Amino acid sequence: MNLDTIKSELEANIPGCHAEIIANASPAAQHSLLIAPEHAFAAATWLREAPHLRFDFCSNVTGIDWPTKEVTTKIKVLKQIDGAEKEVEESQKTTTPGYLEVVYHLYSHELNHGPLPLRLRTADRDANTHLPSLTPIWRSAEYQEREIFDLYGVHFTGHPDLRRLLMWDEFVDHPMRRDYVDPDDYEYEPTAHDEVLTRATQHATEAGRP
Amino acid sequence: MDEQLKAELSKQGIFTTSLQELYNWSRKSSLWPLNFGLACCAIEMIATTMARYDLARFGAEVFRPSPRQADLMIVAGTVTKKMAPQVVRLYNQMPEPKYVISMGACAISGGPFKQGYNVLKGIDRFIPVDVYIPGCPPRPEALIDAFMFLQKKIDAQQITGAARPRHLDADQPSEFPIPEFGPHDLQPTSNPAIWHPPLVQISQAGPDESRHD
Repeated sequence: MNLDTIKSELEANIPGCHAEIIANASPAAQHSLLIAPEHAFAAATWLREAPHLRFDFCSNVTGIDWPTKEVTTKIKVLKQIDGAEKEVEESQKTTTPGYLEVVYHLYSHELNHGPLPLRLRTADRDANTHLPSLTPIWRSAEYQEREIFDLYGVHFTGHPDLRRLLMWDEFVDHPMRRDYVDPDDYEYEPTAHDEVLTRATQHATEAGRP
Repeated sequence: MDEQLKAELSKQGIFTTSLQELYNWSRKSSLWPLNFGLACCAIEMIATTMARYDLARFGAEVFRPSPRQADLMIVAGTVTKKMAPQVVRLYNQMPEPKYVISMGACAISGGPFKQGYNVLKGIDRFIPVDVYIPGCPPRPEALIDAFMFLQKKIDAQQITGAARPRHLDADQPSEFPIPEFGPHDLQPTSNPAIWHPPLVQISQAGPDESRHD
């Protein structure tokens, strides 16, 4: 099971499919396969059906939130100042748009190999959070996709029963997103410190206590 | 009745009692808990009812599967915000007189999950609690101790007068408002009629200056 061969076979078998290998630099070296969402369903079906791969088991589905990143880098620029050419340091801001990612861990019971981490990414974190559901291929993904929908806000198109799993239906937030602000409902702590101390002091001031 | 006279009479083979004593004795000796558990504390609660600890010795062997037949609610475990309305509804469905034991750190305050977004920070925000048992989870002995404490509490109740318990006072509520699911949190987040945030001297704590990140 070589990831490079899987990638090239996948691109040869699914017309228009583009896959990318996300390298894992850690000693585990568990590299993963990033697939464009529009071909994800066909690619996943192929991964399950191909006789030499037979990924018949999806053990785990998880979500990751990648918020919008703003990186400030300092670059040296040559500028004309008072007729002479001078090297000036300028800071340049680059913004990487955020997205939501879903990772599927695939195994093959039949051929006894795996895992193959499969990644899907949404276009952004706000409006275009749709991804194809892989529940029709691996039934074990059903509840985990519901959980990801609940906690991250990824909309799985084609999911048989996409409802919130852990939070109630009236809930509007997605608690596992990095910009989630949890309700301010713990008013005290016996040994408050740091953020909790700030909150506790605020509550105490509001209540008119010293 | 004078205690000395009572003791004297009992020496002569005459047993005297008062309606209050009979009433309290019968109630404390047949507390039927509601058969429901929420998390790991429920396992300790089950252990308490089994032969080794034998809660039946205290008249509580009949765990009722229906709130209509139960006197005691043992809130055993983490109350999530999604579960909280159901716990309050079960409490409301229990007939008076009814008692609540808040078992374990989670039911008291949210426990290790206190700072989470989905855990109720203590069931006493919505229903009145008679006995709290600290522990994570409390041992069966602790539950038995809480049970005996509750029995003592029932035994000391006056059936008349201003200090009489809630179920003998027509002006006191026997049902409590069930919180509703809001867009971010339960609405309301607590029942102000029965719960207030405890007074903690925040100013004494001061900022943590020992940390240098």
